[in-house]
Amino acid sequence: MSEQMTETRAILTQSDGTSKRSTGYSPALSGSNGVGTHVTLCLIGFVMVFPFIWQVIISLSTNAQVMSVPPTFWPGDVQWGNYVTVFTKLPFLDQLGVSIGITVIRVAGQVALCAMAGYAFARMRFSGKGIILTVILSILMVPPQVYLIPQFQIIQTLGLLNTVLGIALPGIFSAFGVFLMRQIFLGLPLELEEAARLDGANPFQIFWKIMLPLAMPGISALVIITTLWSWNDLLWPLVVTTYADKMPLSAGLATLQGSITTDYTVMMAASVMAMAPVLILFIALQRRVVEGLAFSGSK
Amino acid sequence: MITLTGSTRGGSRTSAPRPVQRSAPPRRSPGSGFDGWWPWLFVLPTLFGVLIFYIWPIIQTGYLSFTKTGAFGGEEWIGAVNYATMLQDGNVWRALVNTLIYTGIVLAGIPLALMMANLVNRPGLRFASFYRVLFFMPYIAMPTAVALVWRMIYNGDFGILNWMLSLVGIDGPYWTSTPGFAIVSVGVVGMWASLGFGIIILGAALKNISPDYYEAAQLDGASRFRQFTSITVPLVTPSLFFVTIISVINGFQLFDLLYAIMGQYNPALVQSQSLVYIFYNQAFIQNDKGYAAAIGVLILVVIGVVTLFQFRMQKKWVNYV
Repeated sequence: MSEQMTETRAILTQSDGTSKRSTGYSPALSGSNGVGTHVTLCLIGFVMVFPFIWQVIISLSTNAQVMSVPPTFWPGDVQWGNYVTVFTKLPFLDQLGVSIGITVIRVAGQVALCAMAGYAFARMRFSGKGIILTVILSILMVPPQVYLIPQFQIIQTLGLLNTVLGIALPGIFSAFGVFLMRQIFLGLPLELEEAARLDGANPFQIFWKIMLPLAMPGISALVIITTLWSWNDLLWPLVVTTYADKMPLSAGLATLQGSITTDYTVMMAASVMAMAPVLILFIALQRRVVEGLAFSGSK
Repeated sequence: MITLTGSTRGGSRTSAPRPVQRSAPPRRSPGSGFDGWWPWLFVLPTLFGVLIFYIWPIIQTGYLSFTKTGAFGGEEWIGAVNYATMLQDGNVWRALVNTLIYTGIVLAGIPLALMMANLVNRPGLRFASFYRVLFFMPYIAMPTAVALVWRMIYNGDFGILNWMLSLVGIDGPYWTSTPGFAIVSVGVVGMWASLGFGIIILGAALKNISPDYYEAAQLDGASRFRQFTSITVPLVTPSLFFVTIISVINGFQLFDLLYAIMGQYNPALVQSQSLVYIFYNQAFIQNDKGYAAAIGVLILVVIGVVTLFQFRMQKKWVNYV
């Protein structure tokens, strides 16, 4: 009995500890903090983020400054008003609401459905398992254009065009998510489940109380990737929405029309605010995002 | 029997020597080998969703590609006419070439990504996570939002790019509205935006290289450059292969950046379309769903052939340790 317990604990700590293990380059190679290295990195880094800096500068300028040659590198008189104008000239708040809505629905739906299906495929036995898994994974090999038109027709038939649910619905089912979660569960130790089963737990309790907490690295990777995809996606929202105030931010920015398209400063202010939420969140969670993306890439 | 909690009961019984049965854990439901209806509760929601929103649409697209969409909806079977039209459609071929050009430019970024990953993953590097953030920002930023900035940078009249070129005496073109220049301009943005992905994946691969290799190489007097070409590059080829595959697949999906950088009324748009752009235009603007379905099938076939080719070629350059 106590044997079993120590074993369980050992497994737990083991599966916890492995993720934190970090190897690295040779210690003999360290001492790479020379001035040259940092100058190079800063130069490349500047090129990478220059468009973002430029975007913020334009968003704080006047249109006359934007169109001046040579360019105005710093607007003497900072135009915060451009950010206010976004809310009066564009249905920005509506679009922000749609973006948040579809992201929340897709993330929550995908995590729930993919974790359950992934667990069943990794650990349960049922007839037709291999075939069902093959069918689900086969859509990974198909580009979206092959199912987009009928998907649109289904959403249209359901009367869900121009709704948050219509934009989010197909995306809560994800072959990639099922695959990712299955890989996670396959990598977890069997012994824990056996112990819980002998303890009289039913499969849902085992999944919910024991396996799901252990699968957190995989779940956070899935959350990160799905958030990125649903916040940034353009093609599908563009297809199922026609009214500006029903679009998410990505589609709203891509379909700006009329006088706003020459109001560069307001356009830049809107684009800054559209990308800011996810960008700031991901920079704050930088380490976890990098790990999550690398993790999903290694599967 | 054995429980996780009840440690007081029957302590004496378990203290007796017991054969360790680690390798053969007790079967979950002896005899049947199946878990009853539980698995179906877990799998059915996903299975239904996938069948309704993916598998059925894929079959439906195959059917649609042999039909013509009527003026008032409804389809009329026309055989392989759409495919015949497609093969003679100069715009489709042009779009295929544009898509390949774009993908080629994005692929050219992979060596750059490797070098950047190598720089930022040096051991003991200070501010490494700061640099990493700078490098991956373009990858996580919303494409349509950054596209609007690049539109300003590329602007032919007052864009900062042409101003910089004018400093060295070059009269820059209207980047996004001149055929030829437009797709290359979009490609550069695509490369900039996807570097972060390569840096993350390749960075993870670099961390897995054993320090022993470098120590041995140093004892042999190998230069840093030699270590990079003879140790680092060969050992990350599996990850390079993965990044290449994903980059090609994503490259063929070019739509967001093109749509948002060029705008819908760009005079160079017809010559600069990508395959996905033509697909979108035919399906949802021209409303010729049958023809668009055929283009969708073409995209599937082209990606399939290219990916298969890459898998064939991997034996020539990928090292699996």
